[in-house]
Amino acid sequence: MREDITYKEVNDDVVRTMTQTGKGYYALMVLMALGVFLCWGVPWAYQIYVGQGVTGLNHPDFWGIYLANFVFWIGISHSGTLLSAILFITKTPWRRSIYRSAEAMTFFSVLTAAIFVFVHMGRPWNFYWTMPYPTQREIWTSFQSPLMFDVLAISTYMTSSMIFLYFGSIPDLAAVRDRVTGWRKDFYGALALGWRGTDSEWRWLMRAYTFFAVLIIPLAVSVHSIVSWDFALSKVPALNKTIFAPYFVVGAIYSGTAGIVILMAILRKAIKMEKYITSRHFDKLGMLLLACSLLWTYINVLEVYTGIYANTSYEIESLIYRMITTPYSYLYWFMILTNSVLPLLYIFKRWRVSIWVTVAVSVGITMGMWIERYLIVATSLPRKFLPYMWHDYAPSLVEILMTIGSFMFFILLFLLFIKLWPSVSIYEVKEDLGIPGGKEH
Amino acid sequence: MAGLVERLKGRLESYRVPGYYRQFEHHWAMVIDLDKCNGCGACVVACRAENNLPVVGEKECDMSRAMNWLRIERYVEGEYPNVKVKFIPVMCQHCDKAPCETGCPVFATYHNQDGLNVQVYNRCVGTYTCAVYCPYDVRRFNWFSNKTDKPLDQQLNPDVSVREMGIMEKCTFCIQRIRVAKDTAKDEKRGVKDGEVTPACVQSCPANAMAFGDLNDRGSAVAKLARSKRQYRLLGDLNTAPSVIYLKRVMESAVAHEKHEEGFGGVGFR
Repeated sequence: MREDITYKEVNDDVVRTMTQTGKGYYALMVLMALGVFLCWGVPWAYQIYVGQGVTGLNHPDFWGIYLANFVFWIGISHSGTLLSAILFITKTPWRRSIYRSAEAMTFFSVLTAAIFVFVHMGRPWNFYWTMPYPTQREIWTSFQSPLMFDVLAISTYMTSSMIFLYFGSIPDLAAVRDRVTGWRKDFYGALALGWRGTDSEWRWLMRAYTFFAVLIIPLAVSVHSIVSWDFALSKVPALNKTIFAPYFVVGAIYSGTAGIVILMAILRKAIKMEKYITSRHFDKLGMLLLACSLLWTYINVLEVYTGIYANTSYEIESLIYRMITTPYSYLYWFMILTNSVLPLLYIFKRWRVSIWVTVAVSVGITMGMWIERYLIVATSLPRKFLPYMWHDYAPSLVEILMTIGSFMFFILLFLLFIKLWPSVSIYEVKEDLGIPGGKEH
Repeated sequence: MAGLVERLKGRLESYRVPGYYRQFEHHWAMVIDLDKCNGCGACVVACRAENNLPVVGEKECDMSRAMNWLRIERYVEGEYPNVKVKFIPVMCQHCDKAPCETGCPVFATYHNQDGLNVQVYNRCVGTYTCAVYCPYDVRRFNWFSNKTDKPLDQQLNPDVSVREMGIMEKCTFCIQRIRVAKDTAKDEKRGVKDGEVTPACVQSCPANAMAFGDLNDRGSAVAKLARSKRQYRLLGDLNTAPSVIYLKRVMESAVAHEKHEEGFGGVGFR
């Protein structure tokens, strides 16, 4: 960041993003809201009314694109945890201007993922039966089931990431409260919880924030491990692997970081934050992506290798199916290209600091990770143990619309976020800038 | 105070111990003799009639959404004229160590005390976990609300419910018939006799290829057949401990049959 930015300038810039709205923003909002209604509300209502038969699911492909989306969005949610919590513990300086948006990304993607849980259920109006509460029928839920682990883990993660985001924002909300007028003053006044910026308040805040940062890291690892165990605890040959928990967690960090890169690139231009989000951030994120890419490649090679030396007929068949004979084999090799080959460009600093290259590779990675989630579901169930029941899966129009709708829902939430919440952390950016005029002192 | 401790101890001991299903009165099992099965499919039709299975239509069957709780799996090997067709009837195996039971988050499927894997229709929320976990792919889902047109609705079996959309279902070993037999036996203050319970598929088989009964009763037909040298479980190496026992097809002609099996040859299955 430029050394000559003043503290006032930081406050000005962030408050400006919240008070000044261009026509483009409203246009995009309307578009996204319409998109959510048409691509999510309408197909979902149709599906609830007519039944799950409007999807492309069949016997034996009982899980399809909805579960793939669910895992994908939970994966994206690990971005905020990684950036915010892990890099906070390690006191990494370049995290400061981007972590607030990353935390918001976490919360919104967990919300989107949770919606897919309800979407994929056969009788969603009875969803509350999966919540463990005492009923008059004296029946609880089955805690042996990995879906119950899911319910507990995701609800914990959702509340923790929301509180984490909120606590870290309190000083910023107070800073905004002190600058705005009208309804905004009351709104942010209520949210800021009467923050005065005294020394003891700062100490308490940092303690609370550190507590949540330390808590949310194992929570994030456990959430995605639990989601992977939905698959790994089955007997399906392509899914019943012990590597699944680390595989999914690595994949989540990978896709989450790629998501942050894309989001930061968009935010820079959209809310004019070029001063605070510079090529230095993309450089560091690129290094992180390279590390994740190598790890992901290693795990994929492991999966193939262990499958080959396991040498059971169904294991070999599921490998051959996934890589060669499935109608989606082109997707598999495209995924290898975007996730293992292209990120090798990040070895060279010249391409890491070039924002265009970083974003292009990250878009590729996000697409590749979505494809990976899709292939895990759609190329494992068609090849279970009894060949008579082998049957391919293809998503129907309703499912494809809902996938597109979920992206629009996420963008809609994010648009609301950048308008209603300080999307760059004011006090942490000031920490990065140091004391004003500091060199002379 | 001492009484309270005793009661608590008693309660702790009464909780489930592993293999509880073996301690109870019945362990329902089925034996299918593949030497005798000729793949006619009468069992499939009988199951459909008995359990109110809906007709889903050609388009849905194309998508592999056929609603057959019991299916005859056909595998064709070789080229004409040396074609070998192998077939095996597969229904829910009622595994003692069922993968599906641990997957259900709401206890809609669990192992009851008769050794059956039961599906509770009104508890199912439709998460599909049981179906994904089943290695035999025997579970069927109600993708739509299936209406039976008049006058075919008069054919529906009043002892069995008609499932609404969003619910998973599968072979129940005709639990409605088991229940009737157990109730009759209880009224008459006796145990269930061997051959008193016949599921629809067993009842309809023209080749007498299927037998059903209580494995806990060592003298029953299924217990005797289960001790055969030809017995095997489908996908046995997965260790699901299924309650459906198959007798391996070993002969190509009827003549060689008697040499392989002792004490066979027409002993009543029912």
